[in-house]
Amino acid sequence: MRKLEVVVAASVTALVLTVGAWTHERPAAVAQGGAISGKIKFTGRKPAAPKIDMSEEPKCKAKYQAAPTDEAVVVNTNGTLANVFVYVKAGLPETYKAPAPAGPVTLDQDGCRYHPHVLGILVGQPLAIKNSDGILHNIKAKGTKNRPFNISQPTNMTSDRTFTAAEVMVPLECNVHGWMHAWLGVLPHPFFAVSDAEGSFAIKGLPPGTYTIEAWHETYGTKTASVTVTGTETKTADFSFAGK
Amino acid sequence: MTTVAARTQPAPPHHDDRSFLRKYIFSTDHKIIGIQFLFVSLFFLLVGGLLAMQMRWQLGFPGKPMPGGGILPDTMAPGGVILPEYYIQLVTMHGTFMIFFAIMPLLVGVYANFLIPLKIGTHDMAFPRINMWSFWTFLAGGVVMLLSLFVPDGASRAGWTQYVPLSARHDYSGASLGQELWSVAIIFVGLSSILGSLNYISTVINNRAPGMTWFRLPLSVWALFITAILGLLALPVLSGAAIMLLFDQILGTHFFDPTQGGQALLWQHLFWFFGHPEVYILILPAMGMVSDIIANGSRKPIFGYRSMVFAIVAIAFLGWIVWGHHMFVSGMNPTLGSSFMVSTLVIAVPSAVKTFNWMGTMWRGNLKFTVPMLNAVAFVAMFVIGGLSGIFMAATPVDMFIHDTYFIVAHLHYVLFGGSLFALFAAIPYWYPKMFGRLMHEGWGKVHFWLTFLFYNLTFFPMHILGMAGHMRRIYDPTQYVFLQPYQPMNVFISVSAFLLFATQLIFFVNFWWSLKRGQKADLNPWQDNGLEWTLPSPAPHGNWERVPTVYRGPYELSSPEVTEDYLPQTRKLPTDREPAAATAARH
Amino acid sequence: MSWWLPPRASTFTGPIDGLFIAILIITGIAFVLVEVGLIWFIWRYRQRPGRKAFYTHGSNRAEVIWTTIPAVTMVALGLISNHYWVEIKGRNSIPANAYPIGIHAKQFEWQVTYPGADGKLGTGDDFTVRNQLHVPVGQPIVLSLSSEDVIHSFYVPQFRVRQDIVPGMDIKAWFQATVPGTYELGCSQLCGLGHYRMRAQVFVQTQADYDAWMKQAAQEASK
Repeated sequence: MRKLEVVVAASVTALVLTVGAWTHERPAAVAQGGAISGKIKFTGRKPAAPKIDMSEEPKCKAKYQAAPTDEAVVVNTNGTLANVFVYVKAGLPETYKAPAPAGPVTLDQDGCRYHPHVLGILVGQPLAIKNSDGILHNIKAKGTKNRPFNISQPTNMTSDRTFTAAEVMVPLECNVHGWMHAWLGVLPHPFFAVSDAEGSFAIKGLPPGTYTIEAWHETYGTKTASVTVTGTETKTADFSFAGK
Repeated sequence: MTTVAARTQPAPPHHDDRSFLRKYIFSTDHKIIGIQFLFVSLFFLLVGGLLAMQMRWQLGFPGKPMPGGGILPDTMAPGGVILPEYYIQLVTMHGTFMIFFAIMPLLVGVYANFLIPLKIGTHDMAFPRINMWSFWTFLAGGVVMLLSLFVPDGASRAGWTQYVPLSARHDYSGASLGQELWSVAIIFVGLSSILGSLNYISTVINNRAPGMTWFRLPLSVWALFITAILGLLALPVLSGAAIMLLFDQILGTHFFDPTQGGQALLWQHLFWFFGHPEVYILILPAMGMVSDIIANGSRKPIFGYRSMVFAIVAIAFLGWIVWGHHMFVSGMNPTLGSSFMVSTLVIAVPSAVKTFNWMGTMWRGNLKFTVPMLNAVAFVAMFVIGGLSGIFMAATPVDMFIHDTYFIVAHLHYVLFGGSLFALFAAIPYWYPKMFGRLMHEGWGKVHFWLTFLFYNLTFFPMHILGMAGHMRRIYDPTQYVFLQPYQPMNVFISVSAFLLFATQLIFFVNFWWSLKRGQKADLNPWQDNGLEWTLPSPAPHGNWERVPTVYRGPYELSSPEVTEDYLPQTRKLPTDREPAAATAARH
Repeated sequence: MSWWLPPRASTFTGPIDGLFIAILIITGIAFVLVEVGLIWFIWRYRQRPGRKAFYTHGSNRAEVIWTTIPAVTMVALGLISNHYWVEIKGRNSIPANAYPIGIHAKQFEWQVTYPGADGKLGTGDDFTVRNQLHVPVGQPIVLSLSSEDVIHSFYVPQFRVRQDIVPGMDIKAWFQATVPGTYELGCSQLCGLGHYRMRAQVFVQTQADYDAWMKQAAQEASK
């Protein structure tokens, strides 16, 4: 009988310790986990980016030396593609729980453009929509899984919004300035990145597993790749989009 | 009919043993229902006014934090600065509350209920229980409409006219549940008005006292009767259209969605087919009551009684064939514009006739300027401005320029505030003693009248100038247009006047409440008038008369040479009077 | 701040302002008649002790007079107005030589399509400019108005021209600008929360300036 009690007590203690260790150490493990990085290559004909005539908004026009151009396709000088949203589409264990978001993600409307043009956010994480122009912008979110909204900011101000469901992508637009578009990827986990001016992206802190990675571009659609992460190594996943 | 009427005769007052709930809440007494309408619609009048004040703040001081605006949530006015989406909700809700929940029920709900049985000499409405339902459906509609301001994304954002497809599709307006609630509330209002109208029509046709022939009816009853016919025919169209709109909003039908084969102009035709008769619903009762009050205040018979009746009927008839004048520039076939222009110009004629008859009534009168009389005369003076400015927009080429500008806003406020509301400021104190047994305070009534008259004109007259300058309606910030920037001082002036106008109305509300308990007690006939209601105690008891009175003459025998006093009640039998025909008497 | 109508810059201003003035005179007379009459009656017939009002039920002659005069005036006004209405908006009012420009309204912008060198809409050399309407002076312009979403309204106060733009309908409206200059085009039908900012600039230019601008704009657009 005594033996049984000892075994039970030991098992319970072990279980408690394991669970405790697992829940405690998980963020650390994630932080040290694997990474996926890569470049978004661009081949084919580079489309002409039309100039945006902002003469109707002198406040915005004044913020540019050269006439700003449309952001639907931004090809970097090194021949890579910017503004590609790369994220883990599938492969996370079902028990995975995302860490609480550190703070709001800011979407700035400056010079009659969205900064950034493509961004990701966690479900439940506040999106701080900021108007730095001091003129009317409206923000129309046309999501299908998230409640659509259409709000306006007649002057310098910040409005907070949160999103309740994963959705890639929620289109955001300003109807006063028809050229203003932004794309918001809402995900239940923090494993996403947006390709930068070098065309590079990096997703860090992945637990071991085999993942489906998707690269999304507003004009050229999506590409997927499968990547297996075993430890703390950095795997490479390059994508390539072709101009038409 | 005879036996039913006899059996449902209410018990005389001293046997009134109804419970409080039956007596004051779920009452079937036409007078209590009228008073219920009065309290509720005065509340909505205040709501509509508050919404207008917020609009005027934004127009006068665009982008500045509104004093006290801090209590509004960030979705309406962060830091007190009104947002464009809240502004268009204000525009929508101000119009909706004022038209459907303030002026229409104040004129029709209150006075058709209260006055018709009293003035035609009967115990109650033909269908008292339906009458009760009419009030409760109205209240339900009002509550739904009020709640819609507080749902996510706020109230409807499509203007009180709810033009589709803006109102039909959420992705266009940015509103959500608020749009549906608008439709639902309007369906309630439609039902309420249809039930009420049925009742008023039946009652006037069937329940007139012996001797109360058609041409002995007071003009107020004529106007309310014709209004009820308009309501009975117009509100079903609105309700039907609102049901179609609701289907578009929630069931995915596409009656009004052009991208799916619907018709955007269909809504406008349906809405204005209702909407123009509605305009007369909002003014005919006012004209009727003002006629009674002006005759009383002038101590003279109404001038041209029959032509007044015919003018009411003519307005009501022409009111059905002028709806297209709201749509001259809507894309409707311009040839239709021509015919609608002619019918619209012609409808000015009966209005002119009525105006001249009111003046004729005052001519060589013995004018006594009580508060009701002051407001009634102001009604004539202001309604004339609203009527005349209507001629500008009736002329299609001019309308092309002033349509959807502040000229229209000025016009409609001269008719609805200068007209309908001044008539109500006359009617409320006039029949107040019969409702509550006390008089409203005369001195404060006069203060209220003069300040209202002044600030009202300072508020709305300059809007004509703005409209002539091309100032569009329903714009959140006029300073965005270079050509409107010089007019900003005028917008400030209008806003300040509007604030003072609103503050002045508080005098009225305080007077109204104070007089309920403290007002001077009224005797039977404080205005020395001839109507049947003045033969009853003040307040009039449940069931009105134990025996319905007999009528010997029309209601306007004032300063008659047959008697020494300057009034001659309808019920007073002179030696020369004959008993009315038995046929009429047999009805009771 | 002017207390009168905006400056005149199209051929419609003549008849429309003329009618406006005519109506102002007619209504002005009626207004003075009624208001002065009222004030005079208020003063003259105010209550005095011992006086009794004149007992009368009316006068048929007076009724006939004040029915007939407004009726005749109104019908006459209707006929005159209709004459100009047919000229401005009638189905056959658009001049045959009118120069076509397409306007596509969208929450909350104006997409103006120019016909390019061939002067015809719907051909390959059309190009679209946002929120800028350039028109040659003295030339009738016919607008093809269409809407992307909700009802908008084309309104230039100085031209006295207004036409609602209804989704699902192709509506034509015409005007002829008379004074070169820059004007504002505004949306005058509530079209959503950005309604107050749905505006564009209108440039009325001489034919030569317009041609030069079009050449440049077409080049710009084809890049």
